Amino acid sequence: MTTQEAAEIIFDHATKRYQGRSGPAVNDLSLEIPAGVICVLVGPSGSGKTTALKMVNRLIPLTSGDIRLDGRSIQSFDPVQLRRGIGYVIQHVGLFPHLTVGKNIAMTPKLLGWDRARIRKRTEDLLIQVGLEPSDATRYPSELSGGQRQRVGLARAMAADPPLMLMDEPFGAIDPIIRSRLQDEFLGLHRAVRKTVIFVTHDIDEAIKMGDRIAIFREGGMLEQYGPPDEILARPVSGFVERFVGSDRGLKRLALRKVSEVELDPVPPGPFFGPQCPDSKVLRDLLSEMLTEGAREVMVIDGGGHPRGVLSIDRISELLRTRALA
Amino acid sequence: MAYTSPDPGGPVIPNFQVTSRCASQNKLFCWDWFAKNWHSVFVPALLQHIELMFIAVAVGFALCLGAAVITYRRRGWDVPFTALGGFFYAIPAIAAFEILVPVTGLGTLTVEIVLVSYTLLVLYRSILTGLRGVDPEVLESARGMGLTRAQLLFKVELPLAMPSIIAGLRVATVLTVSLATIAAYVIPAGLGDPIFFAMGNGDFNTELVAAGVLVVLLALAMDRVFVVAQHLCVPWSVSGRGSVPRAVRLRQRLAQRQASG
Repeated sequence: MTTQEAAEIIFDHATKRYQGRSGPAVNDLSLEIPAGVICVLVGPSGSGKTTALKMVNRLIPLTSGDIRLDGRSIQSFDPVQLRRGIGYVIQHVGLFPHLTVGKNIAMTPKLLGWDRARIRKRTEDLLIQVGLEPSDATRYPSELSGGQRQRVGLARAMAADPPLMLMDEPFGAIDPIIRSRLQDEFLGLHRAVRKTVIFVTHDIDEAIKMGDRIAIFREGGMLEQYGPPDEILARPVSGFVERFVGSDRGLKRLALRKVSEVELDPVPPGPFFGPQCPDSKVLRDLLSEMLTEGAREVMVIDGGGHPRGVLSIDRISELLRTRALA
Repeated sequence: MAYTSPDPGGPVIPNFQVTSRCASQNKLFCWDWFAKNWHSVFVPALLQHIELMFIAVAVGFALCLGAAVITYRRRGWDVPFTALGGFFYAIPAIAAFEILVPVTGLGTLTVEIVLVSYTLLVLYRSILTGLRGVDPEVLESARGMGLTRAQLLFKVELPLAMPSIIAGLRVATVLTVSLATIAAYVIPAGLGDPIFFAMGNGDFNTELVAAGVLVVLLALAMDRVFVVAQHLCVPWSVSGRGSVPRAVRLRQRLAQRQASG
C-alpha cells in the first residue's frame, strides 16, 4: 500500500461465518466510510464489531463479500503488506515488552525499510505528538503507566503514517479520567492528521464523543443503523437502537453542541437580570446549570465578553423536537 | 605414570616416586598429590568434560528448538515429541551404552548420543513452554503490524521465550555435567576418567574426591553462568532490572551497619 493522506473504506456485503456456529459473526455488512472520518463500530458483545474490524487487515479472513480500500479489494494485497499500511491499536496495546518504547514505535518503519535517521526523527516527533517525552524512547513498556502505554501504542500505529487506522477498544482498559483525556487528545490529533479511523467500542458515550459516523451493530453481526451521531440520537431506526443509545438521548444530543452553534433570540433592550453564559459552553452543561439555578433564560456572551443574544429553555427544547440539529 | 602401591592391599598410587605419607595411607584428600597432578590429570579431564557437555547441550538445543517450533505451529506434534523425549530420558545410560557400542563403537559419538538424548525432554519442554507463554495480545498486535511468520518468531516469540529457554538450558547443562561423568565407561575422557581410574585402583581417595568435587564445582559454575545470562538476556523484565538496585541497596545497608556498628 502506498502512503497517502487517508483512505476510503467500503464494506461490500462482507460476511464472516465460523465453522460449527449457526449464525454468521458478521452478516452481509455493507458500509461506506469516507476518507478522513472517524467511524465508530458500536454494539453489545457478540455483535461482530471486532470481527468486522479485523476483517479489514485480514487478521480474520472474509467468508464472502469484499472490503475495498480506495476502490481496491483487500484480497488483492499481500496480507503482510496490507497490514504494514494500516495502523492497528488494541485494548491491551500489546507493546513488545522486550523492546524499548523507541524500538516499539520504529518496528513498522523498519519493516518498511526506512533509513535510521528518518526513523529516529519520526519516533521523536510521534512521542511529542502523543504527549510523551523524546527521552521516553529508551524506557521499557514495563516502566510505563497504562495511559502512557496506550500513547505509545497510538504512536506505534501511526509510525508509518498509514492512511487508515484500526482501533479496537483502545481506551477500554484505562480509568475514566485518563480515558477522557486520551479521547480528547486523540480527537485533537485526528483533526491535525485526518486519517480514516475505524474505532470499535461497546460504550455508546464514547461512540458519540469520538465518531463522525456511528455504526450500531446488534447480536448476529447485523448492522442496525449507520449515520452521524446526531442523526442516530435524533432518529433511532428501531427499538433496539433507541434502547441502546439510552433514554437520555436528548441530553446526549445536547452534549454534541456548543452554545455558539445555536441560533439565539436577540438581546432585549434594557437591563437583563438573568445569568450569563460563555458561548463556548456545551448545551448539555448549560441546561444542567439552568435547571439547577432555576433560570429559564441566560444571556450568551462571546469570548470578548460582549452579549450575543438570549437562550431560553424553551428554545433548547424546541431544538430537540426538530428532527436533527444539523 | 608408574602405578604401584607401597602398601600391599592398599591403593595403587600414581606417581609412586613422590608419594607422600598422606597418599600412601590413602587419607581422604591429599593436597600435595592433587597439586602435583593438577596439570597432567585434572586440567585435561576438566576440559574434556566441558567439551562433552558443550557439544551435548548445543546439539540437544538445536534439535529441540526445531521440534518445539514445529509443535508450536502444529499442535499435533506435541504428543510424539514428548513421548520420544520421555523415552530417551527413561533409558538407563549404561544400558544405552550397551546398545549403542556395537553400532557406533567405543567413541565420542556413542557418548554424545546418550548425553544429547538426556537433554531432549527438558529442553523441548522449556522452549515450548516459553513460546506458548508469549502474550496473545503481543502476538496479535505484531501480526496486525505486518510481521511475517519468520519475523514473528525471531523478533518476538523467541526473545520473549528467552527466560524459559534459559531456565531449560540451565537444568539441561547441570544435568549433562553430572551425567558426562559416565562417559568414561566408553571413552577415557572427562572427569569420569580419573574417578573410574581411582575406583579401579583400590579406591584411591584423593583422586576420587578431587574429580568428584570438580564435577560439582563445574555444575555450580555453569548454573551461575546461566543466572547471569538470564539477567543479560532479559533486560526488560522488572525482576531482571530490579536486581541491580537490590544489590546496590544491600551494599548500602551493609555500609550503614558498619558505620553505625
